[in-house]
Amino acid sequence: MNIINIEHIAKVYKVGSEEVHALRDVSLKINRNEYVAIMGPSGSGKSTLMNMLGCLDTPTSGIYDFKSVSVSEMTDNELARIRNKEIGFVFQTFNLLARSDAVHNVELPLIYAGVSTSERRERAKQALIDVGLGDRMHHKPNELSGGQRQRVAIARALVTNPAIILADEPTGNLDSKTGEEIMALFHEIHEKGNTIILVTHEEYIAEHALRIIRLKDGLIEKDEVVEKRYIPKSKASFV
Amino acid sequence: MSALLLELNEGLAIAWRAIRANKIRAALTMLGIFIGVTAVVLMSTAIKGIDNSLQNGVSALGSDVLYVDKWAWFSNDEWWRMRNRRNIDMEDYARFKELAKLPAAIAPVTNSVQTIKIADRKVENVFLNGSTSDYVKTTNFDFDLGRFYSEVESNGSRNVAVLGSEISTKLFPRGDALDKTIKIGPVNFKVVGVLTEQGSTLLGAFNPDNQVFVPIGTIFKNFTSRHFGTVTINVRAASPEMLEDTKAEAEGVMRKIRGLAHSEPNDFTINQQEGLTDFLDSITIVIKIAGLFITGLSLFVGAIGIMNIMFVSVKERTREIGLRKAIGATRRTILAQFLLESSVICLIGGLIGLIAAVLLSLMLNQFFPTSIQYDVVIIAILISLLTGIVSGLAPAYTAAKMDPVDALRYE
Repeated sequence: MNIINIEHIAKVYKVGSEEVHALRDVSLKINRNEYVAIMGPSGSGKSTLMNMLGCLDTPTSGIYDFKSVSVSEMTDNELARIRNKEIGFVFQTFNLLARSDAVHNVELPLIYAGVSTSERRERAKQALIDVGLGDRMHHKPNELSGGQRQRVAIARALVTNPAIILADEPTGNLDSKTGEEIMALFHEIHEKGNTIILVTHEEYIAEHALRIIRLKDGLIEKDEVVEKRYIPKSKASFV
Repeated sequence: MSALLLELNEGLAIAWRAIRANKIRAALTMLGIFIGVTAVVLMSTAIKGIDNSLQNGVSALGSDVLYVDKWAWFSNDEWWRMRNRRNIDMEDYARFKELAKLPAAIAPVTNSVQTIKIADRKVENVFLNGSTSDYVKTTNFDFDLGRFYSEVESNGSRNVAVLGSEISTKLFPRGDALDKTIKIGPVNFKVVGVLTEQGSTLLGAFNPDNQVFVPIGTIFKNFTSRHFGTVTINVRAASPEMLEDTKAEAEGVMRKIRGLAHSEPNDFTINQQEGLTDFLDSITIVIKIAGLFITGLSLFVGAIGIMNIMFVSVKERTREIGLRKAIGATRRTILAQFLLESSVICLIGGLIGLIAAVLLSLMLNQFFPTSIQYDVVIIAILISLLTGIVSGLAPAYTAAKMDPVDALRYE
């Protein structure tokens, strides 16, 4: 079943008097339990497409259906709701609340979803255990390593059981060993049946996915299945 | 509904964390609100205090008493026109008493200012009130000690005196004034009574607490000639409802005594408390407006401080706002979060200010009439909250309408 169905979307920004065509004509479908990497040089429209997929932005023209519901015509509040329920974001810079401990950071989307305090706490703890941070629940971000911070962010993305996980350069701020551990975690999450969209500019990171979409100048240059998929060696559970 | 409560709860927690993370900044911002609320509360208690004091003082005069006088208390007439009026003398009083049928009591009053001495103490510039024994019937006096001078003492112009409570305290701190001899000017008087405290400290010499009451004849005998100066005829109506009729009768009687023709205007004035109340109101309203305006300004400055800090706070937390929006916070949620933060700051500042104001007004009460009202507490809290919301509105709106994409990218 299609989770995402995009047909001929375009996005035009106005910068002063000039029009910038960030996306020209992009069509793609993403199914349940896919693992897709989106690649492209800077200026290719990669970020714009990611914002679009994450319902942070709406297209200038074209069709974007998320689970058969049209996103293009949604109001701000409806977009906020769909981001909250259906999308789990993982950012390059983690974006954790510095003054809150790990559990509270993970709870955050559940607060906006209106989940009761006790249930929220329970689910946040479980999500932290799932990413291997059962012993770091009450640590603040500055007491955690980069890899651990990104795992808190991944737990936050997973806690709402979203339809897709949207990861924007998730290993960009990590050393290669830690990056590899994070990719192993994504692998495990995908194995469990989640749908993952990975935005990256690194070929070897993209090869963890099953499918790579390459963008150039606001158009899809190539949409290919990964032939030689890279399977992370280390098991992600971080025993 | 429960989602709203959760958001509120989360908003309070966020606000609390943000305030704790910037303790000095929050404290300085609160200081502005603290000063503003303290000033406003203090001013309103002071105004209330002045009001109460004047009300007490004026009502001590009695709302059912008329004062037939050469001088008008409040008038647009030229001063010289009144000066040229004939004095009211004791003969006028005697005829008035004979002709007026409605009043419950009538008493002539004349005044003198004298120094009072006992062996080792002295009070200067005391307002001496000379009248007849009927005078007490035109007032609502109560007595701490003794009694008012009697008809016999009054008619015989005996040297007896009734002390106002403050004079009594100054001369006889141990409260043993009764039957003691005091020297008013060069003359000895015996104290026959001490009044209960009447209240107002604002009416000054007109406050009975600061006066001494003696038979009118002793004043004429010892201090001022009966042919010099004018007396006031105090007239008490039988009831407040009878006041207008009594006033009309008094006017007619006085015109008859003076032999005034139809065309001639009154050459006397009938004063009453109402005029005084209006006059005092016109003064206090100016004090009120000026006082509240000035203290309101300090609150306004505090509010600008809050707004400034909230703008800084929003700017600093742009990425946090972006993240919150990305994971599902709506505009309303973000708006509420920042409004809560500024409200909490104001509320804390306001509560501290309120406590300070209450303590200060208790201290000031020693020197100046203040009055703490329970409604002031509620008003202070409302003012703080309102200040928080008003000054937080613009920054919170800025935060709420941020584009999540731009906010997340903000460095």
